[in-house]
Amino acid sequence: MARIIVVTSGKGGVGKTTTSASISTGLAKHGQKTVVIDFDVGLRNLDLIMNCERRVVYDFVNVIQGEATLNQALIKDKRVDGLYILPASQTREKEALTKEGVEKVINELSGTFDYIVCDSPAGIEHGALMALYHADEAIVVTNPEVSSVRDSDRILGILQSKSKRAENGLEPAKEHLLLTRYNPERVDKGEMLSVQDVEEILAIPLLGVIPESQVVLNASNQGLPVILEEDSDAGQAYEDAVARLLGEEREHRFLTAQRKGFFSRMFKGA
Amino acid sequence: MSDTATTGVSQSFQLKSASVSLTALELYYFDDTEFEANLREKISQAPGFFKDIPLVISLDKYEGPDRELDFFKIIGTCRRYNIHVIGVRAATDDQRRLARSAELPVLPGGSLRETKSEAPAQQPEAAPEPSPTLAQPAPAKVITQPVRSGQQITAPEGDLVILAPVQAGAEVLAAGDIHIYGPLRGRALAGIHGTEGARIFCQSLEAELVSIAGHYKISEDLQDNGWKGAVHIQLKDDLLVVKPLDKA
Repeated sequence: MARIIVVTSGKGGVGKTTTSASISTGLAKHGQKTVVIDFDVGLRNLDLIMNCERRVVYDFVNVIQGEATLNQALIKDKRVDGLYILPASQTREKEALTKEGVEKVINELSGTFDYIVCDSPAGIEHGALMALYHADEAIVVTNPEVSSVRDSDRILGILQSKSKRAENGLEPAKEHLLLTRYNPERVDKGEMLSVQDVEEILAIPLLGVIPESQVVLNASNQGLPVILEEDSDAGQAYEDAVARLLGEEREHRFLTAQRKGFFSRMFKGA
Repeated sequence: MSDTATTGVSQSFQLKSASVSLTALELYYFDDTEFEANLREKISQAPGFFKDIPLVISLDKYEGPDRELDFFKIIGTCRRYNIHVIGVRAATDDQRRLARSAELPVLPGGSLRETKSEAPAQQPEAAPEPSPTLAQPAPAKVITQPVRSGQQITAPEGDLVILAPVQAGAEVLAAGDIHIYGPLRGRALAGIHGTEGARIFCQSLEAELVSIAGHYKISEDLQDNGWKGAVHIQLKDDLLVVKPLDKA
């Protein structure tokens, strides 16, 4: 039985798809057979970040509607073994994701994979509900600012009340906080919420902190999950998060501002 | 001398406030024959229940013209079925006049449409108290999970106890008191049925709104007193009073 992880946030543009790509790639690198599903029907992006957009023939909705088999729709990643992508349809509506259809696909994947990563669309509507419905674990992607934190809180409430686990009275999904676009200098200046602030407000365990970095944008544009940029701080932070997800204990890094050298401070101040 | 004076003044009665549970008949429109037919049907469902009951005619939802209201006919029909009309909750002046001319007392609380501008704080009186013999304290509702943005938790009868934060954008309501063993960042409304003695307790006051029996304060008005502190909030002389818990 696969472990089902939803990557969600409520708010748009906080880094859900970037995170889905890196977490799924990371899990596969650790030897876990992983499939990542794009639930953002109509606004699909995951295939771009995974650099497989030219290989999409059939998609998630085709499978749900019986127009293709799962094996026809699954795209095997070329860089990492044991990683598959199930792309979203760009031409349909979110309502094409029926509850029964999604359930059937998840059950079928569950037999052959170790991890199923569901990349949720923004919002709290049908698409997002379908993405989180089957989740055993939830990675709540949050930016260190008030509106993102508020939306994360909202989606956590929905997870508690509308997921399959909640409906069947099972143990609730395991919640993880992933703070992205973290900029310690701006936190020091009081322009951003600190890790402690966000942890205190949301009251869920911290999975990782991804520093704000140009590398993330560059990697996305090149169709490279940022976790494969192994020398970058963002890539390493994702690697730490994946290790923690698999039960390893790792200290959190990149939480404090780089100390400026004596000279740079001297000259900048003048 | 004093004997004769005092014996005549011995207390033969005492006035006390009492609340009795009554049945109200919500009238939508009045037509003599339909009224009797409906009444007969209702009574046939539970003949024992309706025998000799006192009845209040409530006109809050009355939509017919006032001139069609014939209280004499209503009283007569009801009496034929052993039901005693004892009063009217009227909504308009005309209805009140009609009720008085039929020698029916006009009861308070039925005046939604007209007296909206009047102090809404008096509304609690409108709800008839449940009969005291049935008073069984409702158990408190206990919540152990955080109440997240967009969620609403209601304890419609008793107290509400929350062992977790109430987040911004969340709402908790209770007929009785609200205890929050965590920060209150959302809205808390105690005494929603008009219990003015209800209170709100929280570990850290960061609320968007607090309300007791309809009297409320918003975040802006809460900043000066006990903000981010452990407080309890109660209603005193129609004003919400915030006090630190350690000075309670």
